[in-house]
Amino acid sequence: MALLQISEPGESTAPHQHRLAVGIDLGTTNSLVATVRNGVAGVLNDEQGHPLLPSIVRYGADGSVETGYEAERERSHDPKNTIVSVKRFMGRGLRDIAYIENSPYDFVDTPGMVQIRTAAGVKSPVEVSAELLRVMRVRAEKSLGGELVGAVVTVPAYFDDAQRQATKDAASIAGLNVMRLLNEPTAAAIAYGLDNASEGVYAVYDLGGGTFDFSILRLSTGVFEVLATSGDAALGGDDFDHRLFCWVLEQEKLPPLSVSDTSLLLAKARQVKEYLTNHSEVRFNAKLSTGTVVDVPVSQSDFWEMTRHLVVKTLVPTRKALRDAGLLFSDVKGVVMVGGATRMPHVQRAVEGCFGQPPLNNLDPDKVVALGAAMQANALAGNKSVDEDWLLLDVIPLSLGLETMGGLVERVIHRNSTIPVSKAQEFTTFKDGQTAMSIHVVQGERELVSDCRSLARFELRGIPPMVAGAARIRVTFQVDADGLLAVSAKETTSGAEASVAVKPSYGLSDERITNMLKDSFEHAGDDLRIRALREQQVEAERMLESVGAALGQDEALLEAAELAAIRTALNGLKTLSRQSDHRAIKHAIDELNRLTEPFAARRMDRSVQQALTGKSLASL
Amino acid sequence: MPITLTERAATHVTNFLAKRGKGVGLRLGVRTTGCSGLAYKLEYADALNPEDLTFDSHGVKVVVDPKSLPYIDGTELDFAREGLNEGFKFNNPNVKDECGCGESFNV
Repeated sequence: MALLQISEPGESTAPHQHRLAVGIDLGTTNSLVATVRNGVAGVLNDEQGHPLLPSIVRYGADGSVETGYEAERERSHDPKNTIVSVKRFMGRGLRDIAYIENSPYDFVDTPGMVQIRTAAGVKSPVEVSAELLRVMRVRAEKSLGGELVGAVVTVPAYFDDAQRQATKDAASIAGLNVMRLLNEPTAAAIAYGLDNASEGVYAVYDLGGGTFDFSILRLSTGVFEVLATSGDAALGGDDFDHRLFCWVLEQEKLPPLSVSDTSLLLAKARQVKEYLTNHSEVRFNAKLSTGTVVDVPVSQSDFWEMTRHLVVKTLVPTRKALRDAGLLFSDVKGVVMVGGATRMPHVQRAVEGCFGQPPLNNLDPDKVVALGAAMQANALAGNKSVDEDWLLLDVIPLSLGLETMGGLVERVIHRNSTIPVSKAQEFTTFKDGQTAMSIHVVQGERELVSDCRSLARFELRGIPPMVAGAARIRVTFQVDADGLLAVSAKETTSGAEASVAVKPSYGLSDERITNMLKDSFEHAGDDLRIRALREQQVEAERMLESVGAALGQDEALLEAAELAAIRTALNGLKTLSRQSDHRAIKHAIDELNRLTEPFAARRMDRSVQQALTGKSLASL
Repeated sequence: MPITLTERAATHVTNFLAKRGKGVGLRLGVRTTGCSGLAYKLEYADALNPEDLTFDSHGVKVVVDPKSLPYIDGTELDFAREGLNEGFKFNNPNVKDECGCGESFNV
């Protein structure tokens, strides 16, 4: 007999009509699956009662696959085939991965995404993640007694297109229908916002196993709006383990360790770190394969001291996001703590010191993201009554735009715009009779295309020949709720159309996003000058071309002195436009304009005369 | 005959109501639908209708509308675990046969 769940009043589902949906937190260190049952969001445990699945996959030579705790047990014996923190490799090339020299894996540098050679063959991070998601799906189906209609999978706010796409692909391989990719901090806000019904500006401080995300959100009457995001893609609880591990090496003056001993000590470091959350002292002891016995006392204050720089490192993006949102620490009504690493007392204390208030931590920081995702999944699956409907808004991390003449960037969608979003802008042709236009989509905050990241290129053909500036080309940028971009261009008079869906095979690393943002602030002054110069250069080129064309046709209309003056001005402008003084170019353009004014007037008069000659007044 | 909850079921209902933060009790009923004619209804009760019948079982207010009562009179609601799955089960003495899944039934 089926086991029934309690529904909201009037929402009882018909038999066999249950819309089972789950939220999955695919974490760097641990993964979780949660659902809303009996109106309450809860994490689903495995057969042994564990809520977490360590995000670890081990491949055996016989093709067997072990995941979670099973794989973790073998980690120190078989580190090369036991993949931990695979999320760091999602959608990344070999060069993007931090601390790669400390990873025991046999990486294969394939174009697009790095792959890992294991006993069971070469595996991509997408396949490894899919193994974890499959375990989550099976657990959910066993727990809910039926097939899932869909899942909401969370990703760090800073994940770019390639990383989001990789996550989506992994879910499809695992047999999940992804209803929505949701930013982790947004999911945490859902869990807190809905459960506690709070309104105002909130910050989400998410220090997970391998990533740090900081987001500013505004919650008002059931609407979640992400005002700003920032973070550090290579900072997390793992780094605290690693620091402790290095400290032990220094204390014990250990020689370079074998791969399996390194794994052993790292696992031990994690245990010690967790123990020090609630205890003031512990002994770090382990027996290495060489027979050496490691035994060092570690106090809470030792640990805090050696990792203080890591805590300080989280406060840099924190300040930046606040600055981006135009807010002060005092504007923030509450700080939501997410991620197991926020359990560390010195992290809590640093956040409290910064914001001048104790952070919110009444929900389990390991589960909060999964719980929020489950609520979102429940709403998307249609299990939520209409009056409780809520809207979810996210933002894009970097501006999107296209290349214009002179290698300049015209931004169409600005950074931190809420998604889904669609914006259109009109562009025109630069040359007479131009019938095609190359559209180059770029991402970034800098003024020059060469300093931004190229996302896609496509051509719009079939523009009817017209004089420069007459064609009307409408370029539409559309970013869907998952943060994926599509660009289309349409020439409005002829209806010629072209479009591209931006699915980069190879994503932008989060460090690069951060660096690009930093660069844009540091180079703001240079960029301004370069933009001014390029604009004048483009204008000069346009001027030289049109005056040149006019002279070619109607030189006869000018007297010798006039012609000489114009030619001198033309040559002067030509020389100046190759130099870098935008004011001088502007001056020369104005001068040429002034000189050619009578010439233009005469050309105009003559064409009017030609049009009128030989026609009677009546025929006009 | 009263409608009752087992102690285990009552504990869970009390917990869910507390987490949900509102609701006066648990509404049991039937609807005419499903592959065998009737289907159970199991919902939170936020308000009582004047005609509703109420029973008290282990501290939980059980609400039943008078039209549903004949079909579920004497039912005991239990909370069960089957592997990883968990949920509520109707032990209904009136049932003659039910569909394979037990979500709908006939009296």
